[in-house]
Amino acid sequence: MTAAVPAAAEDRASRTTLRRIWAAVGLPLVSIILALFVGAIVIIASELLVGKGGLDLGLPLNAYGALFQGAFGSTDALVQTAVSTAPLLLAALGVGFGFKSGLFNIGAQGQYLTGALGAVAMGVALAGAPAIAAVPLSVLAGMAAGAVWGFIPGFLKATRGAHEVVTTIMLNYVAISLLAALVAGPLNTPKSISPVTKDVGNASLPVLIGSNGHLGILIALLMVALVWFVLYRTTFGFEVRTVGANPDAARYAGMHPRLLTILTMTICGGLAGLAGAGDLLGVSHQMTSSFSTTVGFDSIAVALLGRSTPVGILFGAILFGAMRAGAPLMQIQAGIPAELIDVIQGTVLFFLVATPVIGRFRFLRGAHTGLDTTQITRSYGEASR
Amino acid sequence: MTTTPVPMGSSPAIGSTPALEMRGITKRYPGVVANDGIDLVVRPGEIHALLGENGAGKSTLMNILYGLARPDEGQILLDGKEVRITGPSDAIARGISMVHQHFMLVPVLTVAENILLGDETMANPIFLDRGEASRRIRELGTRFGFEMDPDARVSTLSVGWQQRVEILKALYRQARILVLDEPTAVLTPQETDEIFAVLKRLAAEGHSIIFISHKLYEVLEIADQITVIRRGKVVGTRTPAQTNEGDLAELMVGREVQLTIDRGVSHPGKPVLEVSSLSVADDRGSEVVRGIDLEVRAGEILGIAGVAGNGQDELVETLVGLRRPIAGRISLAGRDVTGQSPRDMNEAGVAYVPADRHRFGLVLPFSIADNVVLTSYYREPFTHGQIRDDKAIESAAEEAIAAYDIRTQSATARAGTLSGGNQQKVVVAREFSRELALLVLDQPTRGLDVGSIEFIHRQVLAKRDAGTAVLLVSAELDEILELSDRIAVMYRGQLVATVDGRTADKQEIGLLMATGGRERTAELAVAAAAKEPS
Repeated sequence: MTAAVPAAAEDRASRTTLRRIWAAVGLPLVSIILALFVGAIVIIASELLVGKGGLDLGLPLNAYGALFQGAFGSTDALVQTAVSTAPLLLAALGVGFGFKSGLFNIGAQGQYLTGALGAVAMGVALAGAPAIAAVPLSVLAGMAAGAVWGFIPGFLKATRGAHEVVTTIMLNYVAISLLAALVAGPLNTPKSISPVTKDVGNASLPVLIGSNGHLGILIALLMVALVWFVLYRTTFGFEVRTVGANPDAARYAGMHPRLLTILTMTICGGLAGLAGAGDLLGVSHQMTSSFSTTVGFDSIAVALLGRSTPVGILFGAILFGAMRAGAPLMQIQAGIPAELIDVIQGTVLFFLVATPVIGRFRFLRGAHTGLDTTQITRSYGEASR
Repeated sequence: MTTTPVPMGSSPAIGSTPALEMRGITKRYPGVVANDGIDLVVRPGEIHALLGENGAGKSTLMNILYGLARPDEGQILLDGKEVRITGPSDAIARGISMVHQHFMLVPVLTVAENILLGDETMANPIFLDRGEASRRIRELGTRFGFEMDPDARVSTLSVGWQQRVEILKALYRQARILVLDEPTAVLTPQETDEIFAVLKRLAAEGHSIIFISHKLYEVLEIADQITVIRRGKVVGTRTPAQTNEGDLAELMVGREVQLTIDRGVSHPGKPVLEVSSLSVADDRGSEVVRGIDLEVRAGEILGIAGVAGNGQDELVETLVGLRRPIAGRISLAGRDVTGQSPRDMNEAGVAYVPADRHRFGLVLPFSIADNVVLTSYYREPFTHGQIRDDKAIESAAEEAIAAYDIRTQSATARAGTLSGGNQQKVVVAREFSRELALLVLDQPTRGLDVGSIEFIHRQVLAKRDAGTAVLLVSAELDEILELSDRIAVMYRGQLVATVDGRTADKQEIGLLMATGGRERTAELAVAAAAKEPS
């Protein structure tokens, strides 16, 4: 009988731990599973309607098998997954940092592009310089350019009350046009057929593993730790979280929500800019006027999936990065267009945001919602006060 | 089966089958038993008061009745038949309605629109039948003793009338059992009397009313039956004739409670806070504090009485630096501090207990520890350089938990999981536990139980005796009367009278709160009469 008591206590403690874990990962996990299920239906239906195979219930398994193989099946695949994960991770850390302080930064895409632009401008200029100087300077230039692109909406919000959702969307378009103008203009390689910058040469990020596992992967992982540390171990992080959780209480506590808004948006931009710099200096090495990915937009989904916490975002980014990396093999082996992963990603996001719907499942009671909408929408017009 | 409402005109049958019977209700949450075998019997036409400290389990019990929570054990019987209430809409369909402490009204809509919301009376499948709705609303109002204009915008109504809208909303849905959660918390004494008259008429018509309150004298005045809950259990059932305030307080708290604290003698010193011709605008830019002069001395409590919404919140927010005045001067111990930031004021020795602890006082998703250091997190010993010292923060929180008797499992529990009284204790612990020049209290005990109120009042008096100047704003006249050395009455942004706290008359102050003073009312009447002929 004496032995039964501690055993019961232990059992209760482990159940509490389990409940906590479930609260954190339950909803994202269910969303992912549901999205894969929806993806399977899309595969079957499209094969049935337009493909030649007719009704093939095994096809989704083949496709997902190939997707997994392409993402994790070999060293090369793993490296490719890491390369795709790094920019998502950095940009999503930025978006998540914004969420933590109640800011909805839709502008990660623009910040990513200006980051790449800053990196290529500096990289081309330093292409012949020693790598020890060229690499860090180019990375910092990209980060700074992204930070400027984050500072602008932060400043507008703090001083004029302009909502960041609107200004960041606008700045996304400005970034696209600015990039096209600079690549076709001052950064263009003379005598090239179509606008393209020169190669960044020595400013390229060193490859650490496999054929293209560049330094940016390591930087991204370091940033997970750094962002976690800033958010949870520093007074600045405490202020950021307080402003996000209760802006009125933050004012009451003597914090400066406006200043924090500017700083937070600048940091968001810097992280997304770092993502752009990493992709440019580590993968493409030069820039065409149509340089673009969907990293900035996908990172919003990753941040939501990771519930804005650095560790959650790490897992979310790996998931999305792996799908990006595995898609080509899925296309080759199973004949499923790589665009299917966009369907899956979009569906994951849909289920995460549609919490009121899937939150009805009994087993999800007690799981935290993926998107704290009150926290995000409350930021409307607060800065003007 | 029980969805058919009792015809409105039927005569009440007190003593017959209970309208509501809750038997052996037990509800467990991780770590606590919120309800432990609670029995509650409410007869038709009875006003049944539910009394208990915050966290005693009243809300849980009412949530179970309203279908917001499922009991782990126990039965609910309506008119003697067992029912399972699946949700609020089911509860409403069965004739159970709740009037929340914080009204659930849409300010920009009219009375009729608010009442129709969620249960629309339709002329046809597309359009509302506003005429029929208005007619029924007027009729219901008249029947229960007040004239309600169905087309008035809710935002133009006083708090007392908004409450009547909530009650009408319940009656419109043909509620037979009405749960009122602290209905008088926001009312003046006069408004309270009026609402009580309405409730008595409702009961006389056979409605059952469950009345949740902390105010013992009110419960004694209006209830037919009183059930007292403590720590999830029913500890006693009384009729007003069998009991008194002291007995009820003791039941509720589980020990003897001093209902009126001996405030002792104050020894006012030098002026600490001096305010001259202060004017403040609210968020919409209209001037809600209009040229106020006041002075609070060291070791003195100045009480500001007034119906909520007469500029008190804005006055207080300006004094602590959250709002900039449009005119006037504030000085603290002889130093001009007009327009200083909240942190400047905090460091100058000003503590502030805000009226809305959820808005200003606490960050609910954060731990108790983080909330305890909310205004001092950036200083040693909680931060070294920029790095937080979690150990120092937690030990400060543990000290606060011990010193202020905050009931929680640990310092890392979220503030949002605490009961209202314990949340307020977190705010008080943070604000009181240092040297203070000025203590600004805005509704410091709103929504708290007698035990917590007694505790907080003692702390306030201790601060006063230690030489702190105290400014106390409260809509709770009893609180003002009990603590203040001097009482100023605030009406429409001005201080209309200042009286001695020891000789003040409750009725007189209540009247000043409601009208701003007889002379003023007379002035207004003259002004109105002068306008009339044109």
